[in-house]
Order: sequence, then C-alpha cells, then structure tokens
Amino acid sequence: METKPFNDHSFYEFIGQQQLMGSKCEDCDTLYCPPRAFCPNCGGTNMAWHQFKGIGNLAAFTCITVCAPQMIALGYGRDNPYCVGVVHLEEGPKIDARILGVNAKKPETIKIGTKMNIQYLEAETENDTSFMGFSPVK
Amino acid sequence: MMSKRKKLGREVAIVGAGMSQFGLFPEKNSKDLFLEAFLEMRDSVDKGVDLKEVEALYLGNFTNDFFTHQAHWGPIISDIIGLAPRPATRTEGACASSALAFREGVFAIASGMYDMVLVGGVEQMSACSTEQVAEGLALGTMPYEALAGFTFPGIFGAVATAYFAAFGASREQLMGVTIKSHNNAPLNPKGQIPLTVRDLMNKKAASFKRKEMSVPSWSDERDFLRDPQVNPMVAWPMHLFDCCPISDGGSCLLLTAADMATQFTDKPLYVAGIGQGSGRGFHASPEITSFEATKYAAQEAYGMSGMSASDIQFAEVHDCFSIAEIIHTEDLGFFAPGQGGHAVNDNLTALDGIMPINTSGGLKCKGHPVGATGTAQMVELWKQLRYEAGERQIPQPDLQIGLAHNLGGTGGTCTVTILERR
Repeated sequence: METKPFNDHSFYEFIGQQQLMGSKCEDCDTLYCPPRAFCPNCGGTNMAWHQFKGIGNLAAFTCITVCAPQMIALGYGRDNPYCVGVVHLEEGPKIDARILGVNAKKPETIKIGTKMNIQYLEAETENDTSFMGFSPVK
Repeated sequence: MMSKRKKLGREVAIVGAGMSQFGLFPEKNSKDLFLEAFLEMRDSVDKGVDLKEVEALYLGNFTNDFFTHQAHWGPIISDIIGLAPRPATRTEGACASSALAFREGVFAIASGMYDMVLVGGVEQMSACSTEQVAEGLALGTMPYEALAGFTFPGIFGAVATAYFAAFGASREQLMGVTIKSHNNAPLNPKGQIPLTVRDLMNKKAASFKRKEMSVPSWSDERDFLRDPQVNPMVAWPMHLFDCCPISDGGSCLLLTAADMATQFTDKPLYVAGIGQGSGRGFHASPEITSFEATKYAAQEAYGMSGMSASDIQFAEVHDCFSIAEIIHTEDLGFFAPGQGGHAVNDNLTALDGIMPINTSGGLKCKGHPVGATGTAQMVELWKQLRYEAGERQIPQPDLQIGLAHNLGGTGGTCTVTILERR
C-alpha cells in the first residue's frame, strides 16, 4: 500500500515514475489531481491514492512567444514558441500541462476539445518541472 | 449559495481622492509616486482637512519586494506623508492589493475603531527589465500554472481560447476592447498612453517612413491590429495591444465615517457595497470562461447595496488583458455570457454608450502599476460621479452610481466596490 503523503512532492515523484497520481476522498468520492490531503468538498481527510488514465480533452491553451524564464532556459523564445494548456481529464479534474505534438507556431490549427493523452518527458534540467505534457491522441 | 445580506457596522464615505501621473518614471521611487497621489488627494478635499486627523494608513503593494528589494512599505510611506507613528498596514492581493487596502480602511471605520483613514496603493515596476517584471508578476499566478510554463498573458490567452470555442468569438471582439480603451485614453491627462489606435497607426507609419521602410497600407484600426509586424503575438491569442503596459504610479483615497463627511465636502461619495472573492486557478475552477471570484464579489457587493447590475451606470473593470474586460462585464451581470464582446463592438461600452466601461482608458492605456490600480479605479469613479472628469466626463445628466472591479493575479482575488453620490 502506497504511504506517500498526499502533496505536490509526491505528485512530482510519481510523474518521475511515469504515473499520473491523484487522491480520492473515501468519504465523498471526490477526485483530486494533483492530490490533496484535505477534501474541500466534505472536509474529510480520509484519502486514498488514485491513478488517473492520463486521457482527457483540451479545455484551453496558449502558444507563448514571450516566454517564462525557465522556458527560455530550455531554448524557447519568440521564434520558438511553446504550447501550454489545461486538460480536462476523463475522470473529472482539470490539469495544467505542456501541450505537445501540436504546431505552436500555428495556434489556429490547435482545437479546443481535442482528445489528448499524457506524455512523459525526460527532465531537461534539474529544476525542470515541465516533464509531463499531453499530446493529441493519434 | 445562500448568503445573508451583509452590512457595514456604520456607513463610510470618501472625501478626497488623488493619483500620481501613471507612466514610466525610472527616476522616481515609491515614496515619490505615493506622495504625488497624496498631495493631489489633499488638494481635492473641498473644505480642507487637517491631515493630522488621519488615524491609520492601509497601503496596497504587490511586488516591490521583488522589484525594488525593499519590503515593509506601510511604515515607509507613513513616514513620508507625516502619519508616523500612527499605524500603517500593507495589504497584498496581487493586482488587487489596493482594493484590499480600501476594504480594510472601510472595515476599520465601520467597526468604530477609527473615524478617518487613508487608503491607497503604490507600485514601482519600471526599474526592472520586461523579463524581470514578467517573473515578478508570475508570483501572482496560482499553483501549477507557472510550473507548467504559463506566463501571465498565457493564462489569459488560454482563457480566451476557451471563450472563443464556447461562444464562437474571435480576435475581432478583443480588438474592440483595445480600440475603445484607446479612444478614451487621450482624454485622461493622468494616463500613460494618451493615444488612440489611429494615433499609434499614424505614428508607426511615420516611423516606417523615417527609416525608409515601406509603409503598410492599413485600411483601418483593425487592419493595423491584425498586422503582426506592429502587433506581435505575446501568448496566443493575446497580442501586444491586448496587454496592459508596465507602469509606475500611486493612488489614494481619504475615508471618513459617513456622518462626518460633509465637514470636508458637500459632494462626498458613499460606499454602497463592497465584495471580495477568491478564485482557485484552472486546476480547481468550475469554469474557464468565467471568474468565480468576480461573481462572488459581485454577489456580496450587490447584496450589501441592495442594487443589481442594472442599477450600475458605469464601471471601471479590470482589463489587464482585453479578454478579461469582456468576461468580467459578463460576470458582473452587465451582459449575458458570450455577449460581452458583442457589446463592445456595438459601442455599448463607449464613453457615450449605455454602459461606459473604463472611461479612464482602463489599465490598457491609463497604465497598471499593479498595487495602485484598485484605488486608482475609484479615483476615476470619484471624478465621474462628481462631474470632474473633464473631457472624458460621461455625457449623462444624473450619474449617481459607479462600480469598480479589481482582479488580482490570474483571478485569485477579485473585489467589487459600488460607490454612490447621494
């Protein structure tokens, strides 16, 4: 039985092991991804780990040309934009993630509602937290 | 959610208001900027005021810690304006920091503790590079957003893509906001960019000509805004002209218990309703095309005032990005979901429209020194409701009720304030 605490640290450790893990409130069945130790819905603390399938729909996205510092460090910039968005997971929760396998230079070609699945990336630097993303289901 | 009608313990009035020039002033620090606002506020008190009567200061500031490597701005500002050793409290709610200062001041008077307090805000951003400002502002995003790679404009870009898909909208609606704000801008002498989009277009053409480059033949303002050469992408679909500028500035208001207000002016404004809400970021928000914190704050403010959206005659709405103004005018109940963009393009929100929005030029043109913005929005309500707005005075004969909406971060903190002239 998994005994990790239900927090961000554990979430990213699981991502490193290529697992999208959240928590489920055993009292009211609400799902959280990333995990929470406290259920804002019912006030319970009776959580269990829940593995998400990593499948969902693209709910929102942007292609960024004026980049965040950690993304500039990875080589992104005005001529090399990256896509980031929100994926509405099949199980219910929404998750912020890099969007891969799309043409960030042609945002008009990216469609809301596109079915996506999770991709795990090698961390590019020690502080790189963007080593999980979603790409369109082929 | 059922909520009881919340009321203040006693009524609160505004008897003075001032703001500094907004713009880029690398030679001025936060003390200079706030003092400028303070002196204008002092001179705005019609019957004069002995400022030694001010009992406390509430000061909004977001990221001077990061931008200037100096925190603890409450007592610093209190000293500059001669309030020390009276209490000074700094409030932080990202870009809604001074609206929170305003609320604290209102509560301090409503509680009976104080009769007269100063509230305001200040921010000093231009000493940093654009990248540093972007990094500093990203401190105001919600958990997971910045980690995933979102920037501030990126968050609002993502909101816009969801809005476009939900309502069949496009950049054409966003451009309407930009053009409208810039139409009001030259009428505000305190604003940072006092130019219409057409002015900017003509300037750009002249600059191309000077550099002996070929001048594109833009047919109108929209054609100009569609040109990526002059309006480059920042974070799809947010382009440069969808984003407010980096600014320096300060603003403040003098509050008193309502029953004292006419000692200072025959034209006080009264706090009819205030509300504040908290948002949860994309990962936990019920909707992406709406800001739940704005809706909650509006419900509180409307509830307290006994008013509804249809009673509001004009508003300053937090337009950090063009899409934000559109969605907030819907969340505030001025327009139905999906109609905010059409309302702009139908000129309903123009200075002479039925619901003027951002007569000041908005954050887009007046400028957005983040910690100063909340109370600066109320400075605009002060000017409009007292018919002191000069060339940008709303051409309606009986303005009595205005609303200010301030958003912090990516929607984490929102406030709604309804001010009334009686």
